[in-house]
Amino acid sequence: MTGILISVNDLSVTLGGRRVVHDISFDVSSGEVVSLIGPNGAGKTSIVRALLGVVPATGDIDKKPGLTIGYVPQRLHVEPTLPLTVARLLCLTRQYDEGTMAAAMAEVGAPGLLSRQVHDLSGGEFQRVLLARALLGKPDLLILDEPTQGVDFTGQSELYRLIGRIRETRGCGVLLISHDLHVVMAQTDKVICINHHICCQGKPESVAADPAYAALFGARERDALAVFRHHHTHAHDAAGDVLENKTGPEFGPGSKTGSGADHA
Amino acid sequence: MLDDFALRALLGGLGVALVAGPLGSFIVWRRMAYFGDALAHSALLGVALGFVMAIEPQWGILASVSLLAVVFVFLQEQRRFAADTLLGLLAHGSLALGLVAIALVEGLRVDLMAYLFGDILAIDLADLGMIYGGGALVLGVLAVIWRPLLAVTINSELAQAEGINPLAMRLAFTLLLAVTIAIAIRVVGVLLITALLIIPAAAVRAFAATPERMAVYASLAGAASISAGLEGAFVYDTPAGPSIVVAALILFIAVQGAAALIHYSDHS
Repeated sequence: MTGILISVNDLSVTLGGRRVVHDISFDVSSGEVVSLIGPNGAGKTSIVRALLGVVPATGDIDKKPGLTIGYVPQRLHVEPTLPLTVARLLCLTRQYDEGTMAAAMAEVGAPGLLSRQVHDLSGGEFQRVLLARALLGKPDLLILDEPTQGVDFTGQSELYRLIGRIRETRGCGVLLISHDLHVVMAQTDKVICINHHICCQGKPESVAADPAYAALFGARERDALAVFRHHHTHAHDAAGDVLENKTGPEFGPGSKTGSGADHA
Repeated sequence: MLDDFALRALLGGLGVALVAGPLGSFIVWRRMAYFGDALAHSALLGVALGFVMAIEPQWGILASVSLLAVVFVFLQEQRRFAADTLLGLLAHGSLALGLVAIALVEGLRVDLMAYLFGDILAIDLADLGMIYGGGALVLGVLAVIWRPLLAVTINSELAQAEGINPLAMRLAFTLLLAVTIAIAIRVVGVLLITALLIIPAAAVRAFAATPERMAVYASLAGAASISAGLEGAFVYDTPAGPSIVVAALILFIAVQGAAALIHYSDHS
């Protein structure tokens, strides 16, 4: 397979004498969305930290030469005592001009926020700002650790559709971390189920049917998936009403419905 | 002109306030108020050290405070004890050690009150040189590392993923804080330094939209506290260091009141 961005082989992470994850192997190609799912404490974030070089790990991590990674951390808490505009947060480690920042904010469906204080944003707006921040570096690979934290369910599927669109327009690879297969299912090409090691992997449908998945998340979750499968055919607006694909407004960048969905 | 002790006091105080603004802002953002306090407590040990090594007390203070700062950063990396436990241990341990050392060193007579509460009226030309030289160094280095330091302050992991070394930033900031404490001791003393660092920064928070503006406003608020505190000390014949802190406190309360009023009128 050509276009492999990152290839992980037999990765293990040991923190404070405890082996958090072991024998992790997978790769992500450009244009591909790979989801790591697993319960809380399964070691998903440790895998991400190892890929970013933030924690020491054993095994091989082969990155395409010159690979640029855009990273959205699981939790970003800004001290209330620290005044910070959205524009200043976007320029945290690199300087961008106003037009570039505005374009990135429009791409994630949250225009007009640049001069707002980050403390005044809703959960969905804040996650979009973090996503815009990651996109500004023109990444080949996006690593998103629970990118829908603090976002309600409608807003979550909105955000995942946005991520799917970004993958299509930019052709970048995406590594998604989630504890919830339902919401990532529609947008993901490959699912890797993690509980300290790889329990099962494959296409979302085959993982959902895998006994290892049922053992990890319980049969109730597996049955619930059948209900959520219909998500591909339509979208919900902020009030939860069904929007028909052919007549409803497109949840495109800058669309009022798209960015407003998280306020509910 | 600089032979007037009141003018030297004012100039020295303003120099310290200028540096304390941005440093104090970072202390507030990083929740390190008690850390600054702990560093300052080790200064007395430095006084004894300076006497034994026959160097100016400020150099001894700088040495002991820097040493404590580095020890703390590395102890914290080990994560064996919580930060507040380590700070309590280092702060009071080094203060006690300093007092014992001063008593043990033969021939050393120290005006403890001057070190504990400051002696701004005794600032001489050499002190002024130290305050402005050290202050320029601190502000210069801070300007260079401002962006990465702010990134580490907001999210250490994100900063590291984007090529910044958080440990280097923490060490650099801690050493800048050590220099600031060494030059500020003359003005407000060991026990009140933290107040001069954090009260002006906290006071102006409500009016700042960006971190940079908060740092500048904090310097201005610090300068106002110094001027008002010195004025008050002359008028009411009160000790200068504590008077400066009281002035900062009054400024803080007044600004909070003003901010609440503005907020109230905006929403009515």
